[in-house]
Amino acid sequence: MNAIKKKGWKEIPKGGLILEAGNSEQYETGSWRSQRPVWDEQKCTHCMICWVYCPDSSIIVEEGRVKGIDYKHCKGCGICAAECPTKAIAMKDENEFREKEGV
Amino acid sequence: MSIKTAAVTGNEAASYALRQINPDVVAAYPITPQTELVQSFSEYVADGLVDTELITVESEHSAMSACVGAAAAGGRVMTATSANGLALMFEILFIAASNKLPIVMPVVNRALSGPINIHCDHGDTMAARDAGWIQIYSENAQEVYDNLIQAIRIAENMKVRLPVMVMFDGFIISHGIERVDYLDDATVRNFIGTYQPNHPLLDIDKPLTFGPLDLYDYYFEHKRQQAEDIKNSKPIILDVAREFKEISAREYGLFESYHLDDAETAIVVLSSAAGTAKAVVDELRDRGRKVGLLKPRVFRPFPYIEIAQALSHLKAIAILDRSVSFGSFGGPLFTEIRSAMVEFKKIPENFNIIFGLGGRDINEQDITGIYNQLDEVVKSGKVKERVQYLGVRD
Ligand code: SF4
Ligand code: SF4
Repeated sequence: MNAIKKKGWKEIPKGGLILEAGNSEQYETGSWRSQRPVWDEQKCTHCMICWVYCPDSSIIVEEGRVKGIDYKHCKGCGICAAECPTKAIAMKDENEFREKEGV
Repeated sequence: MSIKTAAVTGNEAASYALRQINPDVVAAYPITPQTELVQSFSEYVADGLVDTELITVESEHSAMSACVGAAAAGGRVMTATSANGLALMFEILFIAASNKLPIVMPVVNRALSGPINIHCDHGDTMAARDAGWIQIYSENAQEVYDNLIQAIRIAENMKVRLPVMVMFDGFIISHGIERVDYLDDATVRNFIGTYQPNHPLLDIDKPLTFGPLDLYDYYFEHKRQQAEDIKNSKPIILDVAREFKEISAREYGLFESYHLDDAETAIVVLSSAAGTAKAVVDELRDRGRKVGLLKPRVFRPFPYIEIAQALSHLKAIAILDRSVSFGSFGGPLFTEIRSAMVEFKKIPENFNIIFGLGGRDINEQDITGIYNQLDEVVKSGKVKERVQYLGVRD
């Protein structure tokens, strides 16, 4: 996870203000994940239910078809896996991937 | 510059200052002994003498919340409260300070329940001393008026941008009638100037986020900033006092020394009791006794080095607290000063007197008794009891 470099107390705006609107994308909440949703393209019918339910806008969709999951922001809540009617998303222990990916 | 002399209560002096300050928003809820302050200000609003939007909210939690919203929007904002009202604001006090909103609030000191009591002590604002607000204590109605006008300038200074509480003693000052010299409206308005909000929420061309979630990765940095900003307010408070002297001929500092330089013993006490103690100092001085007084004005940021330095030449001091910090070594003023004195090699003999809780009077005989006790400490080199409770029946 290549998180943005954290700034010191002398550099950040005072009062906890966020001065640029629409910057939540820069906050990589993917590091919070303990369970990872793994999507199976074969089982997917592209019904978009996971896309509707995902609270972190982490289902990647291009031209009306699911393309994968944005692991930089997916918090691993498991809602997509629970809602998928074809069980095309499985939740796996994040540690398995971290060891493999060396993070 | 014209001066108007009036015979008014502390509450009236405060509301007169509010009228001259003419805040954009005042959101307040009545509580004894503050009630008269906002009531008299509401008459100014009704008479069209101010442009203020007066929001009569349903509780102090809402009062301070409305102040936070209005200040974040970019307004000059004030409120006022006492005791249980301040306690109900407690959560929002921290939010006002951490969002760096320069709200100014007179607080009429009153004992916190229970058992329920409406009279003066400092338990309410002492409980709020770590909320991140600047705290200024006033001795009399004149100081209430002067401190409120200065508080606007301190709070709004770009290097500070913090909320300020201005305290005065419930009933003793809030309801007692005293002589007050008012500055004229133009002088006050010119002194406080026009408020320039930093990042007003209503500036729709520059959208920003106020009060976002701030977890382990940035919260600590924001607290570090607050610690720095309140520390840096000390020279600003002194600058504002210097400028205020030019328009009022009245002198203010971080604390007031009264016959301290050549004194051998001294009392340290906040607010109205300092007035009584000054009369005792005068009387004892007439009889040749080397007694003095130190009255802290600014409690947050606490001028610890300055006060410890000013006391360092004394043989013995009594630190008086009108509040009790249950389970602590002594009262809040005592523990602050005693720990600051460690910075100096020679520490005067010292003891703490908790007094006046729930409006219990402290009179001249009580204070003379404390100076007599200080003389005994100097003679014997021994403090009999480190923390004492003045006038409590056994
Ligand atoms: S809910 Fe399941 S089937 Fe529907 S789009 Fe998402 S992964 Fe595919
Ligand atoms: S696990 Fe939660 S956050 Fe991640 S893609 Fe699924 S619904 Fe979105």
